[in-house]
Amino acid sequence: MTDLRTPLSKVRGLGSAKDGTHHWWLQRVTAIANIPLTIFMVVSFVGNVGKDHAEWVAWLKQPLVSVIMILFVANLFYHLRLGLQVVVEDYVHDHGTKITTMLAISFGTVLMAALSIFSVLRIAFGG
Amino acid sequence: MAQGNRPLSPHLQVYRWGAHMAVSIMHRATGSALAFGAILLTWWLVALATGHEYFNMVQGYASSFIGRIVLFGLTFALMQHMASGIRHLFMDTGKLYDLKPNSLTAKLTFLFSIVMTLLIWVAAYKVMGEL
Repeated sequence: MTDLRTPLSKVRGLGSAKDGTHHWWLQRVTAIANIPLTIFMVVSFVGNVGKDHAEWVAWLKQPLVSVIMILFVANLFYHLRLGLQVVVEDYVHDHGTKITTMLAISFGTVLMAALSIFSVLRIAFGG
Repeated sequence: MAQGNRPLSPHLQVYRWGAHMAVSIMHRATGSALAFGAILLTWWLVALATGHEYFNMVQGYASSFIGRIVLFGLTFALMQHMASGIRHLFMDTGKLYDLKPNSLTAKLTFLFSIVMTLLIWVAAYKVMGEL
């Protein structure tokens, strides 16, 4: 098949969205990172289910657990923001609504990630 | 932007259902459900940092009948999304595009997520001593 792309377009590799495979690639990177993080969280939550507040705090206070939880929520919210973007791009056709929805999702995911990370830090450093 | 009476490309209703189609739709549906689940995780972490009184209230919601149904659903969504996501990673390398392996692995993601969901909940009930 004849390639209609210009040599410059091929070299840049940015495509019609002007950012190339950046979104696609980060979705894969965060997806792969999510696998071990999710397995750790599922095993931990099942293993600790039914514990009281002090016991959960003691669990989350462990340096390794605090760090893994922070990495988990950061990666999780990044991944789901990328995923929701694709859903919005597919179903929201009005340009203004699309941009407004994406802004709300971006701000919302950053807020949720910040709340989660701050909570972990507060428990990790708190008395 | 689709406006006026321009013809639209065919959508879901014109295709015959198959495992490959179900797994694709489920990937998006479970992903959206898990976005909601992530907000619940944030709520839980904030509750844990707030104090034992507020935390106990949130735990009360989580362990209520409705709370358990929601968490059971989210467990299934998580397992299904993970299995189907791993299948997508293989497809990214150009594999699983032949009809048979494509359909077989699509069915396997459902088998995996159903079995894992049940195992996780049996394990959780054992840990709580309710089983």
